[in-house]
This record gives sequence, C-alpha cells and structure tokens, in this order.
Amino acid sequence: MSELEEFRRATRAWLEASCPAEMRQPFSSEADWCWGGRKWQFASEAQQLWLERMAERGWTVPTWPVEYGGGGLSKEQAKVLAQEMKSLGCRKPLESFGISMLGPALLKFGNEHQKKEHLPKIARGEIRWCQGYSEPNAGSDLASLQTRAEDKGDYYLVNGAKIWTSYADQADWIFCLVRTDFDSKHAGISFLLFDMDSPGVSTSPIRLISGSSPFCETFFENVKVPKENLVGELNSGWTIAKYLLTHEREMISSMGESFAAVLPGEQAAKTVGLKDGQLANSALRQEIAQFEIDGMAFMLSLQRGKDEAKAGQGMGAVSSMFKYYGTELNKRRLELQLSIHGADAMVWGDQPALPAHWLRSKGNSIEGGTSEVQLNIIAKRVLGLPDA
Amino acid sequence: MALILNEEQQMLREAAAGFLRDKAPVSQLRELRDSGDPLGYRPEVWQEMVNMGWTGIAIPEAYGGVGYGYTGLGIVLQEVGRHLSASPLGSSVLTAATVILQAASEQQKVELLPRICSGEWLLSLALEESGHHQGCKVNTSAKTSDGAIIINGCKRFVDEAASANAFIVAARDDSGLGLFVVAADLPGVSVQPVSMVDSRNSATVSFQNVAVTAEQRLGAGADSTAALQASIDISNVGISAELLGLSQQAFELTLAYLKEREQFAQAIGSFQGLQHRAAELFCELELGKSMVLNALQAIDDDRPECALLASATKAKLCEIARLASNEAVQMHGGIGMTDEYDIGFYLKRARALEHRFGDRNYHLDRYATLSGY
Ligand SMILES: Cc1cc2nc3c(=O)[nH]c(=O)nc-3n(C[C@H](O)[C@H](O)[C@H](O)COP(=O)(O)OP(=O)(O)OC[C@H]3O[C@@H](n4cnc5c(N)ncnc54)[C@H](O)[C@@H]3O)c2cc1C
Repeated sequence: MSELEEFRRATRAWLEASCPAEMRQPFSSEADWCWGGRKWQFASEAQQLWLERMAERGWTVPTWPVEYGGGGLSKEQAKVLAQEMKSLGCRKPLESFGISMLGPALLKFGNEHQKKEHLPKIARGEIRWCQGYSEPNAGSDLASLQTRAEDKGDYYLVNGAKIWTSYADQADWIFCLVRTDFDSKHAGISFLLFDMDSPGVSTSPIRLISGSSPFCETFFENVKVPKENLVGELNSGWTIAKYLLTHEREMISSMGESFAAVLPGEQAAKTVGLKDGQLANSALRQEIAQFEIDGMAFMLSLQRGKDEAKAGQGMGAVSSMFKYYGTELNKRRLELQLSIHGADAMVWGDQPALPAHWLRSKGNSIEGGTSEVQLNIIAKRVLGLPDA
Repeated sequence: MALILNEEQQMLREAAAGFLRDKAPVSQLRELRDSGDPLGYRPEVWQEMVNMGWTGIAIPEAYGGVGYGYTGLGIVLQEVGRHLSASPLGSSVLTAATVILQAASEQQKVELLPRICSGEWLLSLALEESGHHQGCKVNTSAKTSDGAIIINGCKRFVDEAASANAFIVAARDDSGLGLFVVAADLPGVSVQPVSMVDSRNSATVSFQNVAVTAEQRLGAGADSTAALQASIDISNVGISAELLGLSQQAFELTLAYLKEREQFAQAIGSFQGLQHRAAELFCELELGKSMVLNALQAIDDDRPECALLASATKAKLCEIARLASNEAVQMHGGIGMTDEYDIGFYLKRARALEHRFGDRNYHLDRYATLSGY
C-alpha cells in the first residue's frame, strides 16, 4: 500500500471513530456552522467535541505547519482528508475568517511572534476574527479608506469608522486597514491587528434583508494599538490586503458547495412532478439542466485550478474568476430553488431557511469585492486590457 | 485523475499547434472555398497528418494506432478548431474509427482499423436523415433477400463524402439497428454534394437497392444501437474539443482587436462595457476547458457517466461557441461583417459543428432525461 493509501485508511478509521453522528448531518443552514471564539456558545456537546478532536490533530487547518497549530499535511494528504470527510458526511468543524482570510496572510507576511501568538488560537477556534476593510466612503474603491492610525511613540492611535464588518459584535479581534500616510493612496495603508475589547471600540449591528444581523458598523475612538500589532512594514498594508482578498474570494466562491448536496432536478421531480418521465414544466426542466451543467463546469474548474496549482502550472489571477462565477452561480441556485418550491418558498414563518438563504445569497456578489470589480480585475490583470 | 495534461500531451499540443498554423491555417480554408475545391481539403496536408500518426491517435497499438487515447485526439482537435483546418480527421478518425472500435467484431477491427491508420482508407458515417439529429433512429432499411442484404435509404449531412472510400451506413434490420460498411463505388450509391455554410465538404448520399453481404455488417448480427450511441457520445466530446479551440481563437482575435482599434481617442478595450463582456467570455472559456478535458479523460477511463458527460459537455460548448463567435463579430464592428476578415469563418463553423450530432437544445433535453427528470 502506498503511503498516501495508508494515510487514507488511517484517516477514514479515525474519522469514523471520532466524528459524532450529529456532526455527520449535512448543514441545513449557516446557523449550523461552528464559529468558535471567546463568546461562542456551542450548539451541542457534539459540536464542541468535534471541534476539540479535530483541533487536537491540527485538522481544522490541515496544511498549516504543526508549530502554528496546523496538521502539517501535504496538499495531497489534505485532499485525501477532504475526500474522506466528504464521503463520511463529516461537517467542517470550524468556520472562521481567521482560517480563510487572516491565517494565510499571517503565514506569508507575519513575523514569528505574530504567527506563534495568533495562529494556534485560530486553529483551535479560541479567537474569532473580523475584517475591518470597508468604510462608508470606501467600498469598491477600498484604497480610499480614511480610518487613521497615528504614531504615538509606543502605540498607534486609531480613529475612524468601518462598515459592513461581518460579525464585529461577536468577534474577539479585528484585522484592520488603516491610513498611516495621507499623501499617497495605496502606499499609505497599513495592516493592524487589535482586540475588539480595547477601550474605544464599539459596534452597532445592521439588520439585513435576510432578517439576521451578521454585520455591523464599527467605530474606533482613540483606540490604542500596541506597535507590535503592525503586520509587515508601515505603509505596505495594501499588498497584504490584496493577498488576503484572494483567499477571501476563494472562500466565498465555494460557499455554495456545502449546501449543494441535493441536485435541483431530483427536488423538482418531487415538488413539480413528472409527466411521462419528464418534469411537468418543460421550461423549468431546461433551466435546471442548464444550471446543473454550469455547476458541473464550475466544480470541474475549481478542481482543475487545484490540480494545476499542484503541478505548478497556475491559471493566473483566477481567484477573481471563481469569485465572480461561483457567486453568480450561487445566486442562480437560490433563484432556482424558489422556482422549484413555488409559493411555499415565500412563507417567512419562524425559521425561514429558504427565503433567508435566498436573500442572503444576494450579498455573495457584493462581499469580498463586487462582481463588477472582479470583472474589472480579470479584464485588466488577466486579459491586459487598457485603462480608460 | 488530475485535470491537467501530462508532458507527452503538452508536447502533442505544441506539435499540433505548430503544424496546423503553418500547414493548414484559416487562409487555406478560404482558398479551398474560393476555388470551389471538390475535395474540401489539401490531400498533401492530410498525408502529413497521416505520417505524424494522427489517424491512429486514439486507436490502440494492436490495430496499428499509437494509443494516445481520446485525450490525445481531443488535444489535436482543439488545435484543429483554432485554425479551422480542413481534413477528414473528424469524419474518418474521430467518428468512423470510433464506430468500428465500438461496434465491429475483432476480425473486422483487425481488417479495417489499420487501413484507417495508414491513411489508405477514408470512412464516413452515414447516419442522419433529417436536419434534426434523432439519436440512433433511422428509416433506412437493410432487408435480407436471396442471401444478400439490400440497403435502401437516403442519408444527409455525410461529412467528407467526396473523399470517402466507404460509408458506414446505419440501417434498420432484423435485429434492430445494423451498421454496414458500404464501398462508395457500389452500384446504387450516389453522392450528391451539398454546399455548407462552413465551406466544408458534405453530401446527401442515397442508397438504392445497394446489395451488401453479411460480412459488411459490423458486429456479429447483434443490435448496434448501444455501440452507435457510444460512438456518437465520443464524437460529441471530440466536437466539443474542436468548438473549444475555435472559441479560444475567436476570443484571442477579438482581444487583440480590443487593444488595437481606437475610437474616441482610446483603445476600444478600455471601455468597461466591452471589458466586462470580454471578462465573462474568459470565464466561460475556462469552464469549457475543464468540461472538455474531464469528458475526454472519462472516455479514456471508460467511466459509466460518459453519456451524461457527453451531453453536458456538448451543450456547454455549443453555448460557449455561440457566445464567443457572436461577441467576436459584434466587438469587431463593421469589419467583423466582412468576408475579407476571418471572424466570419469561425462563426459559420461554430454553428455547423453545433448541429452535428445534436445541438444545444437536443443535449440539454438529453441531459435532463439521462438525469431522470
Ligand atoms: C454580506 C456582506 C458581508 C460583508 N462583510 C464585510 C466585512 O466583514 N468586512 C468588510 O470590510 N466589508 C464587508 N462587506 C463590504 C463589501 O466588501 C462591500 O460592500 C463591497 O466591497 C462593495 O462596496 P460598497 O458596498 O461600498 O458598494 P459600491 O462600491 O458603492 O458599489 C455600488 C455598485 O457600483 C458598482 N461599482 C463600483 N465601482 C465600480 C467600478 N469601478 N466599475 C464598475 N462598477 C462599479 C459596484 O459593483 C456595485 O454594483 C460585506 C458586504 C456584504 C454584502
């Protein structure tokens, strides 16, 4: 047996023994996700046990180095782990901006102290992070941000306001873009980390069309941030910010995956019914077929992207392509769900899973850089089209 | 299997790209069209393809091929699509040789396949009877009388009929569907050339009381429906590869034009309205690449979902080729409408290929049926 096959066997055996039955049910909505952090209330003992067991092996972040709380797995091993988790139906033990966004940036740009301090806590789900990028007047044009950090000798003094900060009210720490030089745009931005419990930080939740309040306005009034919390060089935050965004976009583009287990064709056969073996509504049938084929093409492209990266071939600036296509596809998926479930999908009720999910999906093509911005990036960076 | 090309396959791609760029570019198709060439391709270029082993690319070594599989053939077809290179590669190698591999007896394979590989024989499948692909449904009949089999029927859209030494005729017989190798010069076979929008060779071929023997039927008397369907599926994946190459080239020509053409004192490629459409097209082409490579690998691995993948891939690539060719014309403005410019050839070939063995609507419908809804 090859080493990888042996790893597969051992992994499967361990997962079978260690993953509680409740954690093998597919997620029914985002409410089932486990986010961790100082304020986290586990939904069940199983959820807590599953996180602890996986974290102990470093498998919440399988490819991170062991000294930072990771599993130290190779890309091949990580792929095997993901395949085995999928085939047993194991839930992702931890959902976290620390894992999908900050971690990769710290691994690349953080100093040794910062990596040792922050990465293991992310891996174990002890600290929950939020992202302080957008501001009321800096959305798509993110680099025009105005939140300022002044050098006060042994600390930075931060003043300003962020907006759309997802889960700011539940997060423990923030990674934040601040202006440290007002004379240049991109080259005047720095990347800071600080505790949301610091004096002067306040949040105010914003209610979304989907009914929940996962994001906030975040205010900073004379917040003192220790100098050691600057990541990278002063005024070099934009490079880090962009690198982190590529990881964020990858995360967002595969968001539909965890709910995509049931094919719409099968669902529609139940709700709309079959006539002579075909869906009773032929227009819906065609729409579903086209959607399923596009979904297949997208999943295969994600796979090809990974395979090419592994073989060192690299597709180039494709995170924008996946972000664009994946989120547009996810919005289509939910529109299709409405067609499949008809007026039943319009019932709000006590736990409006489908309508809430549908409404929330509209944000997919806005958060992490809008679809239009992704198309701009593809046009300019990949296709080399000139500026206006 | 990883969705990437191995080193051998990358070399094949480069070799094919180089050869076709030099020896069979779009300008050649234009010349063939303008001179009303009855063959529709250059025999000397075809001979070089034969010498390079392209005729046997997907055929196992045991039958005189080189055994690179359909992934290998697909790579070549993708480059063929880029240059709109005219040759019987699609009709004789992709489709007819596949039908033989799928439907023939061992003895027939040993007899027929080496002749295709060596270029000695060109075959073409005579299947369609109307402008709409009907799967394996045919009205052409093969009736046994006095020990001979008599074929009657009319076949349309037979590719490269002018150069074919023989046709593989799909006809109904006692056991269901039969596939008969019928020499083009048999009495009762008549070839009526049909000029097509893409300037490629095609004909209506009629069979009037054509007498053949039982040996000319592929397979030992068994119903050949499944074998024919599998061959059509494989052909559709190969056609998808050609559609992909064609779309890529149309896109690259357009992209170059966006950077070069100026209006309002700036390159038209600086207009966001065009930038976004180009970016969307880029995404679609990337999806197309993944679909085609996966389907080619599925054929070579003999995966059970080949039929589903063939329809999914053909439907998707028809859509992409439509988008790429239409956008190409539009973004070129007036010059895109001129015969002098090459874009029109891509547009025409895109649609002609779409209609071979089922267009986008046909395959969306079949995909849904195969998926059980
Ligand atoms: C659900 C959700 C969660 C979010 N979470 C976070 C978070 O945790 N942290 C954080 O910092 N931010 C977060 N955001 C903010 C998000 O990054 C911004 O909303 C986004 O970057 C767009 O900025 P904006 O809202 O100011 O829109 P605008 O930039 O004002 O855009 C308005 C419209 O104009 C278009 N537009 C703008 N510029 C161009 C251009 N150059 N070309 C073409 N079209 C253009 C946009 O595409 C859009 O359609 C979140 C957003 C959402 C919806």
